Amino acid sequence: MRVIAGQCQPLPRSDVRRIHKPMDTTDEKSQRVRAFMEALPHCRALGLEMTEIGGGQAVMRMPYNPALVGDPATGVVAGGAVSALMDSCGGAAVMCHPKAVASTATLDLRIDYMRAATPGQAITTRAVCHHITRSVAFVRAEAFDDDASTPVAVANGAFTVEMQS
Amino acid sequence: MKRPEPIQIVKQRRDAALAALIEGVPYIQFMGIGFERRGDELTGILHFDEKLIGNMMLPALHGGATAAFLEVTATITLSWAMIWDDLERGDLQDLTPQTLPRLPKTIDFTVDYLRAGLPRDAYARARINRKGRRYASVHVEGWQDNRDRLHAQATGHFLMPTRPTVGNG
Repeated sequence: MRVIAGQCQPLPRSDVRRIHKPMDTTDEKSQRVRAFMEALPHCRALGLEMTEIGGGQAVMRMPYNPALVGDPATGVVAGGAVSALMDSCGGAAVMCHPKAVASTATLDLRIDYMRAATPGQAITTRAVCHHITRSVAFVRAEAFDDDASTPVAVANGAFTVEMQS
Repeated sequence: MKRPEPIQIVKQRRDAALAALIEGVPYIQFMGIGFERRGDELTGILHFDEKLIGNMMLPALHGGATAAFLEVTATITLSWAMIWDDLERGDLQDLTPQTLPRLPKTIDFTVDYLRAGLPRDAYARARINRKGRRYASVHVEGWQDNRDRLHAQATGHFLMPTRPTVGNG
């Protein structure tokens, strides 16, 4: 995982949104990625919904579910569930990148938990594949609840890439 | 010197405390994670279930499920280490999820995926590299069929819960 050294500096929150462009959600590849992700058993178990996909970016939503609570005293969703959401969303961002084929695996993922998600609220993650080489894709992701001013968590990841031949 | 307690009493107390620690967390039940104990050493077990799959073609465990499993193992191992001394002194009685100290909070968690997770049980053990009053640093190793071939490892930092002093000492 030496390859990611120095590549995963967290960016300010606003940067992820600045990269955001209108998405082409109708292209065939994006639709294939959407169908693939939404069919995955673990994504289904977590109730993940893909709300945007295309051009190396993905937005996924995880509705609040009492079964996912990690701290019974507060009702806050477990960090692990947020990890799964961010990993899925990161993978989707890589798969819908114009330079990648629809297959990837996570090499490494770092998540910073900035604050507890508010119980009862869905968590939404936007992931951006901001750089891609022939073998590695670099991803940034942010997760929010209803309060869009501060992320619940941010993540940086490196994913494997299979280039289109 | 105090006479050692009968083994059944010691085991019963430790196992009850561990069960209380785990049973109170809905997400641990959702994931199907269990723990085995040898003395104070814990091994997390992720019981395979179809709903943990994240790649249907291989098939393979979802990377997020693996991350979650390692994080749960780190958190529970840390909580376990936190209550161990009080537990051994007999200062913790009638433990229930309500009376246990709060769980540590994850500050950050970095997962290193070494191999695809196979569609079968996974195991994990956490090593506490440093545990202070406020912060802790924990390393976790996850494997499946072969202890020497890790499928994932992780390092995380945790915020320790503030806890009332237990006992009369």
